[in-house]
Order: sequence, then structure tokens, then C-alpha cells
Amino acid sequence: MRLLINKLVLLLAILSACAGLAFLAWILITLFLKGITSFHLGLFVDDLISNGLRNLIIGQFIMAGLASLIGIPIGVLAGVYLQEYGYNSKFTRFIRDLNDIMVSAPSIVIGAFVYAIIVIPTGGASGFAGSIALTIMMIPIVINTTDNMLSLVPTELREAGIAIGASKYRVIMDIIIKAAKVGIMTGLLLSFARIIGETAPLLFTSGTSNYFTLDLTQTFPSLTVSIYDLANDPVQASRDLAWAASFILTVLVLMINLIGRYITRHKG
Amino acid sequence: MEKIFKNMSLFSASIVLIILIGIFVTLFISSKQAMEEFGLSFVANPAWQTEVALNPKEAKNVVVDEYSLFPDEEPTKTIYGGLVPIVGTILSTLIALAFALPIAMGIAVFLAEIAPKNISHVVGIAIELLAAIPSIIFGMWGLFYFAPIIQKIVGGYQVSLLTAGLVLGIMILPFMAAITRDSMKTTPDILKESAYALGATKFEVIKDVIFPYSKVGIIGSIILALGRALGETMAVAFLIGSVFELPKAINSPTISIPVALANNFGEATGLGASSLFYLAFLLFLISFIVISIAKFYFLKKVKK
Repeated sequence: MRLLINKLVLLLAILSACAGLAFLAWILITLFLKGITSFHLGLFVDDLISNGLRNLIIGQFIMAGLASLIGIPIGVLAGVYLQEYGYNSKFTRFIRDLNDIMVSAPSIVIGAFVYAIIVIPTGGASGFAGSIALTIMMIPIVINTTDNMLSLVPTELREAGIAIGASKYRVIMDIIIKAAKVGIMTGLLLSFARIIGETAPLLFTSGTSNYFTLDLTQTFPSLTVSIYDLANDPVQASRDLAWAASFILTVLVLMINLIGRYITRHKG
Repeated sequence: MEKIFKNMSLFSASIVLIILIGIFVTLFISSKQAMEEFGLSFVANPAWQTEVALNPKEAKNVVVDEYSLFPDEEPTKTIYGGLVPIVGTILSTLIALAFALPIAMGIAVFLAEIAPKNISHVVGIAIELLAAIPSIIFGMWGLFYFAPIIQKIVGGYQVSLLTAGLVLGIMILPFMAAITRDSMKTTPDILKESAYALGATKFEVIKDVIFPYSKVGIIGSIILALGRALGETMAVAFLIGSVFELPKAINSPTISIPVALANNFGEATGLGASSLFYLAFLLFLISFIVISIAKFYFLKKVKK
């Protein structure tokens, strides 16, 4: 009886793992089949107004790129502070705790925040507002990964640097950052993957546009918000376009994730 | 240079605090109009954007325009209540938890105790990839492929509390499984080995040694997943139906707080916008509390 129960429970655990994998496979196969049938190279040439995705892909990259441009330096610097200057002070632990909470904060609330401080005062949705929402999402993730990666650098390296008379700044820049470089880069890659798939914080901050634009003061095109609009459109052609867009987005996000994992495994 | 660098890094670290305070203050100020108008009864009022007649005291203060096209019409005001999205959020989260909990525990047991190392590694990566898929993809897949099947089984509507909750459950699976696996792995081998030496089966070791030892971490993972589910927007937006109605059954449509925000912010003005900010403030407060409890009470011991 005991052995039977044991077998049964182990079987259930294996079945659960199969269920998890089945959901992953189901989603990926669906995406692949629907995406491949609606995929053609013209998607990268035409804008949404003529049933292409060019402006959306470029728009999404610009907003995520701008968010990274602001978010990465701030996040890395903050991570350096927590690990190298803050030691284990009360302030450091407090910031670390808050950061942990911010990592899991609902993204729609960050959208609402940016809506209140930027969209309402400036009178409308804009690419800038969207980028700022993504920046706020990104900073806590970057802080978290930098903090973790720096904590893996052995203390002896720091001591060695100080012992040869290098200033703290030189030690951080030339020794510690270099030692943790691969890990930090992977973390940055993964945080980029996180924000490039975001929709909720963009819905009412950047809006979306059918046309190609580089003007960040206007409503700005993005793949994710357009997927939401297109998928809810009763016209079949729009839905096909949404599937193609989802396919491209998912391939992109999963590729970045797998590359990140590969780097950590082989170099970290 | 030394000093500038240090101060810059200190400032960067403080930005987290500034943003957090900024969110609380901004949401509070923006929702003030609705808070003053409806007070705390907002959370118990099922009416959203509903015209009601003014009470006699308020009606007296309204100046009737004698050239109005409808001079006899009763003066009305629009009221907002948050009960429907609040109930929708809680119920969809509970469904997600009920669905995900057993499967996530099974996956964690499989990864930590059953599978050989290399299989556990590959399956672990696959489950984590499930977490990396953008939520909008879950929503679209759920709407077109998952919901029709659920509807065939239980009837009712395709977009419903149930379908939203189930897809939400699939989305939180990876988080729950990963943290549970990590906390199960903190069990010292010597405890497990002694139990095996006494003749315990694998299930008995899991039930009587590993679970009690890692209980705190497992509860933490559940609460953290709950925090995620509360704030999830896009997948639920596709699936819950987005109607301001209390669900009559588990398979009827309703709305959640994030979805109410997602679909209505763009057009809302005045008191309507303020009421949405009120909802956002409540959501932020609740998830702040839930995540804090998970992280600082239960997950202190478990390393990320």
C-alpha cells in the first residue's frame, strides 16, 4: 500500500511536469503554425497602414532601446552602490527590499503613474511617455541582476586592488565590473527581453500608430499594443497580422532568453 | 571623479525609493476626487459609471436652466463603484491559484526529487521559458485556442472568469514551481538520507521531511504568485470579458482591476479618471502588501 501510494504520487508529479511542458508546446506550436502561414517578408517592408509590421517593430525597438539607454546606467550604478558602497547598512537593505517589491509591481500601475505625471500634463500619449514607463519597469530588474552578479565577485579581488593603492573608483571600474562583466551583460540582455514584450504599461502612455514615425512626442507605434488591437479586430486579415506579429515577438524574446542562458552556462 | 561617481551611484540607488514614493503620492492625489466623492464605500458599490438621480439636498443646489431643452428632466449625477473589478480580480486570482497549485507542486517535486540531473535541467529551462513568453501571447492563445475548449467542457461563455483564471494559472505556474523547487532544495541531504535509511518511501520523505522543512518557502512562493496574478493585465484582458457586471456563475464574464484600467483609461476624464486612479491605488497597495508579506516573512531564507 505504501509503495503503491508512493508510485501514484511520483506518477502525478511526472504528469504535472508533462502538463507544464504540454502548455509550453501547445502555445509554441500554435504560434508557429499560425505565424508561419501569415508570415512573409513584406511584413518588414510595409507599415501597419498597408498591412505590414515595419513601423511597429521599429517603434517597439526604439522605445525599449531608449528605456535601456536611461535604465541601464541608473540600474547598474545603483547595483554598484548597493554592493560596493552601501555595505550592509540599513539604507542598503531598505533599498534592496523596496527594489524586490518594485520588480513584482503590477505593470499596469506603472502605466497609470506615467499617465498621471506625463500624459495628462503634456496633453496626450507619446513615445517618450511609453519609454519612461518601460524605464521604470526596467530599473529594478537591472539593479537586481547587477547586485547579484557583483556579489559573486570574490572579496579578495577588491582587497588586492585596494592593497596596490588603487582608488575605490578604479577598483570598481577596472577590477570588479570587469570580473562581473559577463554576468551583468547577461542580466541586461534578459531585462531587455522582459521589457520588449510589455504591453500593459504602453496601452495609454504611448498609444499606437499605424504610420511610421520617429517623432517621440506623438503617439508611437509598438508591436505589443497593436497585437492587442489587431487580435480583437473581427477582420480575419487583422488577426492573421496579429499572429504574425506574435510569432516574431515570441521568437525574439525566447531567442534573447536562450542566448542569455547559453552565455551564463558557458562563461559565467 | 571618485566623489562624483559615488554620489551618482547613491543617487541611482535612491531612485527606487523616489519612484515608489512618487507612485504612491501621484496615485493618491489623482484619486483624491473619487475618494472624497465616494469614500470607502467605493469598494462595496457594484455600480460603475451609472446615472443616478440626485438626492433632494443636492438637487436644491442645482441651478435649473430655464432655456434647457429638457426642463422637466430630473437632474442626475454619474457614480462609480469598484466592487465588480475588485471581486473579479480576487476570484480570477483564486481560480488561478487553485489550478496552478497542485501542478506547480508536482513540477517542483519532479524537478527537485525525481528527474535525473540532466532531464531536470532541460525541463527547468523549458518551464522558465514558459515564464518568458509575453503575457499578450498567453491572452491571444487563450482566447482563440484554450477558451473554446473550456467552453465545450463547462458551457457558458468563452470569455469568462473561469477561462481568465485558468490561463492566469498557467502563467503563474513557472514562478511557483521555480521558487518551490529552490526552497525544497534547501533541505539538508542528511535529513533525507536518514529518512531513507529508516525505510521511508520517496513520497514519505517528500511529505514528512522535505515539505515540513521547506514549508515557509513554499507558502512564500504561493503568495508571491498570488501577487503576480493580482496585477496581470493583458492575458486577463483578452479573456475575462471586460463587462462591469458581477459574475453570475464561474463561466460568465466580468472584469478585473487591471483590465478596467487597461480598457478605460484612454477615454476617461474627470471623476471617471479619478475613480480609475482610485482602483490603481488600491491595486498597488494590495500588491505591495502581498509581495512584502511573501518576500520578507516567508522568503527570507530562500536564495533567489
